[in-house]
Amino acid sequence: MNVILIAVIVLGAIGLLASLVLFFASKKFAVHEDPRIGQVSEVLPQANCGGCGFPGCSGFAAACVKAADGGSLEGKLCPVGGQPVMEKVAAILGLEAAAAEPKVAVVRCNGSCQNRPRIVEYDGAISCRVANATGAGETACQFGCLGCGDCVAACKFDAIHMNPETGLPEVDEEKCTACGACSKACPRNIIEIRPKGRVVKGSARRVWVDCVNKDKGPVAMKACNVSCIGCGKCVKVCKFEAITLENNLAYIDPEKCKACGQCVNACNVRHAIHATWEVPVPKPKTEDAPAAAPAAPKAEAAVAEAPKPAAEETPKAEA
Amino acid sequence: MGKLTISLSPHVHSGDSVQNNMLNVIIALVPAALFSLYAFGVGAAVVMLTSVAACVFFEWAITRFILKAEPTVCDLSAALTGLLLGFNLPSNLPIWIIIIGALVAIGIGKMTFGGLGCNIFNPALVGRVFLLISFPVQMTTWPEAGQLGAYTDATTGATPLSVMTTAIKNGDASVLSQLPSSMDMLLGTYSQGGAGCLGEISALALLIGFAWMLLKKTITWHIPVSIICTVFVFAGLLHVANPVYANPFQVLFSGGLMLGAIFMATDYVSSPMSSKGQLIYGVAIGFLTVVIRNFGAYPEGMSFAILIMNAFTPLINNYCKPKRFGEVVKK
Amino acid sequence: MKTFRIGGVHPEENKLSADQPIKVAALPEVAVFPLGQHIGAPAKAVVAKGDKVKVGTMIAEAGGFVSAGIYSSVSGTVQKIDTVIDASGYRKPAIYIKVEGDEWEETIDRSEDLVKAADRPDLTPELIVEKIKNAGLVGMGGACFPVHVKLCPPPGAKAECVIINAVECEPYLTADHRLMLEKADQVLVGVDLIMKAVKVNKGYIGIEENKPDAIKLMTEKAQAYPNIEIVPLKTKYPQGGEKQLIDAVIRRQVPAPPAIPISVGAVVQNVGTAYAVYEAVMKNKPLFERIVTVTGKSLAQPSNFLARMGTPMSQLIEACGGLPSDTGKVIGGGPMMGKALMNIEVPICKGSSGVLIMNDKEAKRGKVSSCIRCAKCVSACPMGLEPFLLATVSAKANWEKAEAEDITSCIECGSCQFTCPSHRPLLDNIRIGKQTVMGIIRARNTK
Repeated sequence: MNVILIAVIVLGAIGLLASLVLFFASKKFAVHEDPRIGQVSEVLPQANCGGCGFPGCSGFAAACVKAADGGSLEGKLCPVGGQPVMEKVAAILGLEAAAAEPKVAVVRCNGSCQNRPRIVEYDGAISCRVANATGAGETACQFGCLGCGDCVAACKFDAIHMNPETGLPEVDEEKCTACGACSKACPRNIIEIRPKGRVVKGSARRVWVDCVNKDKGPVAMKACNVSCIGCGKCVKVCKFEAITLENNLAYIDPEKCKACGQCVNACNVRHAIHATWEVPVPKPKTEDAPAAAPAAPKAEAAVAEAPKPAAEETPKAEA
Repeated sequence: MGKLTISLSPHVHSGDSVQNNMLNVIIALVPAALFSLYAFGVGAAVVMLTSVAACVFFEWAITRFILKAEPTVCDLSAALTGLLLGFNLPSNLPIWIIIIGALVAIGIGKMTFGGLGCNIFNPALVGRVFLLISFPVQMTTWPEAGQLGAYTDATTGATPLSVMTTAIKNGDASVLSQLPSSMDMLLGTYSQGGAGCLGEISALALLIGFAWMLLKKTITWHIPVSIICTVFVFAGLLHVANPVYANPFQVLFSGGLMLGAIFMATDYVSSPMSSKGQLIYGVAIGFLTVVIRNFGAYPEGMSFAILIMNAFTPLINNYCKPKRFGEVVKK
Repeated sequence: MKTFRIGGVHPEENKLSADQPIKVAALPEVAVFPLGQHIGAPAKAVVAKGDKVKVGTMIAEAGGFVSAGIYSSVSGTVQKIDTVIDASGYRKPAIYIKVEGDEWEETIDRSEDLVKAADRPDLTPELIVEKIKNAGLVGMGGACFPVHVKLCPPPGAKAECVIINAVECEPYLTADHRLMLEKADQVLVGVDLIMKAVKVNKGYIGIEENKPDAIKLMTEKAQAYPNIEIVPLKTKYPQGGEKQLIDAVIRRQVPAPPAIPISVGAVVQNVGTAYAVYEAVMKNKPLFERIVTVTGKSLAQPSNFLARMGTPMSQLIEACGGLPSDTGKVIGGGPMMGKALMNIEVPICKGSSGVLIMNDKEAKRGKVSSCIRCAKCVSACPMGLEPFLLATVSAKANWEKAEAEDITSCIECGSCQFTCPSHRPLLDNIRIGKQTVMGIIRARNTK
């Protein structure tokens, strides 16, 4: 009897003591969490994939709440849930969902091994940042891609890879979430996040200047076969005032660009403007357009198969 | 003229290499190796060769077939691990046990962590301790020195360490009179009694190796000196307090203490980086060794002490920073 | 023998040109002057195409307080203002001058007579600093910090002594060594002037023991200057680092940034700067020429030149027997801290202490293997840092950790990478980390 009583009392006392300790500990060490974080977490997929760049969905939720306090959810995207989820998150946080224009990373350098001769050899840590600090790089172009792949290392989605033949990174449009990590990793600011562009025939059409060289024409020309030399031809042909020329370098404003392709044809010597589709070359009025022959039939086919956008485009271009 | 090379400074290098450092340690082990051949003859040769060959083979095979990476055996680190493992084994150990030890040392102790530079524990000690726990009988019967032609058939005897343990267990200081003199233990000239593992027999040969490594700046003095001093002081205090504990010189020159202090604890990868950290590490190893030897179940505590402190190395590295320039108080 | 207390390495000295007297280099055909030759704001060109200039004419004025003017080293016509690839490897604005004859500005005293400070009682500290500023003087050791800025201590700081850096701890380079042997008197007057400018009466000249002839000569000559002490130092790299030199000479350690040498009462100047100060103050000669060591094991005749600024390095290499065919690397400066050049047409600038030619074999770095945690970089670091750790956190872009581990204290001496048995590019990564962390700190401070 006595034994049982002692056991009960001792255990009871221990239990009471432990519960008191727990009670005070929970008060003392209570972590206050913004209730919104929990709410946001609930609408997230809970895949905890880390694809957003944060440690799991709760990390992303916390980041969203913090960003919302700053006034905007820009740059925050759950690649699994996509736009619908982000709209829900925005609703919880009392913000407008960011404009849903899909974007993609674009590499603005075409200085492949053929186009850009190597003049010195780089020896050091395989890092663009280090190479950039060492000097202009292996070529005479001090603005172009260094080819060490910092962007590839920065990408969490396996969406950018070095092409061993050209020595340049290539973006996988399907996988790219336009998170901008590669753009930040690039010490030369070569990678730009641009709108994917209007979809025609299942592929998005966008145009960009495939060069970031700000050197004067002759220097840029010597450094690379496909550099922008700032001649301004594209600026003249653009009907939408989308192209500006600054520091010997053309830039196409994606907001104004209608992807008509005129500039691509204008840049027929340096080929420094890149388009994601085969731009029809106008019927040769003069004989200096040998590329016209193979490109033209395709262009006609394009018009035939997709009459609507083509019709939209043509009058504007002619206006 | 070819293309110019561009790179950031510095443009010159000391010419030092991993291989060079490993080679210096191996050279430093040569006196002890020769002495073990003198003491144990064929057995020592078989154990050392088997151990080195097996370690090198396992490292090569693992890098080649499992990691599919460029084999790294040329840096000699596997050979060194093999040699150190051999030094930690009795000279009558059967070949198959040695091979298992090498596999554990290289396979589990080193390559599972990612190879040289990434292992947390000293691979040779991982191998040795694995064998010690798995094959306690074979690992704790040591042949007597001087049987040059014998291998597994050598007659075994009591080592100085087992004598010391017996003295403590029985509380009888007179047992200690069976120990060889301090000078004999320093030189390794035992007239009777089992000697211990291959590399443990002559403290002097190991000290010569230590001098070589200091000369070549392969290691710094911090770890060995702090271990030796701690053991000497601690064992000395025990001896003064109660004569059943052996005199500190005999403690220093017995078992794997010198080998451990000079070659095992100073393993680059698993020891702390800053000199302050190295001193703490050394003192702790010395202390733990004496504690395990005198109050633990095993007669030898060096291996365990080093492995325990290996586990603390990252923590020591985190808290013991080198003294920054400018932190010194103005004089 | 005195030396600094933490870390350090001892690279092969290779002072190939130590016994070569200074030769006067020929005038270039076209001299090129980059506008950014110093730390701080680039200079602003004050000449235009077609202008005639003389030797010593100002062609670009200082672009701010921390900046320095640029003076023509030749007489001739301004050909164009364009760009040139300088030692950084990048194209920078530069003035091109076509050389015609060699006509000097009349204000420059071209006589060889030694003018001592005692001969010019009119020189007040302010006047000395003014003259230094107007001569476009920058530190000649390689960092190119405008001299007048260092001679004007910030409020609250007080200079106690002047330390002259004559250790020349970089292997190969011998420009300072030759200067001391050939212009000892002028150097001492220059030191005296610097001491006057910062109003102190104690000066030290630190010389490494691998230059016994210079120590002997300077000690003899310094007998006449009781306030100037020659301090022989144990040969150890990077003794020429400002902080290391102060530690070696007066046993004081400059605390971590933002503390600067003046915080412990020291003003450090290079011995070449002392000579330039003498010429600027006593001879009215702006900084337009300097001593350049052109060296390398493969070079036919390693030499020391007195070269005009703007001379292309190729011309000096030609004067040493031409560029060897197996050249793999051309370095502007010494092998420990110099910059590898993109081409050999880079002009000599205010900070060009040397041109070092390396052959193909020397030019290549060793094969990188994994870190074996040998801690040799830790013992080599003269700032008491942990290079292996800093390099790793930088490569992983962990800037908070890098800052907490004092990456900003790194002086980029390269001792860690020099000593690394695994040939790891430690300093490559640490540099990037340091730059980034400094940027983060600046951004935080301006907020």
